[in-house]
Amino acid sequence: MRQVAVVGIGKTAFGAFPDRDLRSLAVEAGQKALENAHAQPSQVEAFHLGNFAGPSFVGQNHLAPYVASAMGIIGTPATRFEAACASSGAAFFHAVSAVAAGLYDVILVTGVEKMTSQSTPKVTEILAGAGDLCGEVRAGATFPALFAMIARRHMYQYGTTREQLAAVAVKNHQNGAKNPLAHMRKIITMEQALNGKPIAEPLTVYDCSLISDGAAAVLLAPLERAAEFTDKPVRVLGIAQTSDYVALDEKDDITTFRAVKTSAEKAYKMAGVKPSDIQFAEVHDCFTIAEIIAIEDLGFVTKGEGGPYSLAGRTCLQGELPVNTSGGLKAKGHPVGATGVGQIGDVVQQIRGEAGERQVQRNSLGLAQNLGGSGATSVVTILGAA
Amino acid sequence: MNNLGSGTVYTETVVWSPPQEYVNDVPYQLAIIELDGGRRITGRIDGDRAQIGDRVAFSDFRNNVPFFRKSQ
Repeated sequence: MRQVAVVGIGKTAFGAFPDRDLRSLAVEAGQKALENAHAQPSQVEAFHLGNFAGPSFVGQNHLAPYVASAMGIIGTPATRFEAACASSGAAFFHAVSAVAAGLYDVILVTGVEKMTSQSTPKVTEILAGAGDLCGEVRAGATFPALFAMIARRHMYQYGTTREQLAAVAVKNHQNGAKNPLAHMRKIITMEQALNGKPIAEPLTVYDCSLISDGAAAVLLAPLERAAEFTDKPVRVLGIAQTSDYVALDEKDDITTFRAVKTSAEKAYKMAGVKPSDIQFAEVHDCFTIAEIIAIEDLGFVTKGEGGPYSLAGRTCLQGELPVNTSGGLKAKGHPVGATGVGQIGDVVQQIRGEAGERQVQRNSLGLAQNLGGSGATSVVTILGAA
Repeated sequence: MNNLGSGTVYTETVVWSPPQEYVNDVPYQLAIIELDGGRRITGRIDGDRAQIGDRVAFSDFRNNVPFFRKSQ
């Protein structure tokens, strides 16, 4: 297997952009990634697009060649990957696999979602399509409701509190306020977070990630060719994608995501590192409880300690393990299909030392965790300085 | 349709931000019930709110959705 490097990153701002269509967002991110790698569209040998629900949100199908051709990438394989909120994580995993196998040298991976042209109930309904439509969704489950039921059970089994959940939101808003591309660049207080409008009890609006438009892209190449594109290549040291049941009521224990644990174990093994070696992480905080469970399932803390660890401030920018220095899905925004590749770009930015006000000092080994649905897809990636 | 019998609340939530189809139902209580046979099923709680560990009994199916009521 060949070593694979990220040689270019690009991202649009995340937010609500009524004047922008899906394709223009995806093209902007892709062009920025190419420019960042001093690469031409003609050098791209395959195009992978992560997108959850373009056909439902904007009615457009056949998205990958639609985006690739608008960038001047014509004649290559151009394929859309769908794995709910892990769509671009999956697109990235399969791109890394293809470069590692020697099938292609240069692959552009883009993630995009255009969500804000629909009403909130309609967005809620489209997102619920990542759950089991014949069971939980028919009964009235939304994604906030599924994660609310996860939170309730986590509180019951481990004593996790509302304050511990709110601490995740407060911390991610602090980081997001420092990120020029974040959807919501404002800090919130613990009091605000605790007294937000209820969405699905015990979760309030401050426990939920944002409905956003946006795109992100990365350019991959074999490590031995990385110098052609950049003097700051970042290596993919370990990566794994795993799966589990879609419906929450089919999982034995809903306070843990089995797919996250298995993908993390495989990624750690491939990279030859332990959880305690990881210096910072971008995790999938679609809801505050998801960040607490992520740091447990990734092995950073023991099961049930995610809440106290978060409330104690140990995951904040100056803490021993900074988590979601980008602001996370909570403050940076969650254009679903863009999230996985966006996280990779955020980790790469830290490793390159280009994170500005959010820069962490221990930045040579980072992890990104992208979750699909209520845990049916997980992609864990470990990145390091080359 | 079968009578699902009785069970215990495994987890629950009260939904305030619904999908389009259920905008007129809010707030409603959604729960995963562990049926006495061991199988889990997602349904609604009608009447009094139930908490984790509470006993509930099957009431009826409405539009293929199982409804339960808290046992007295």
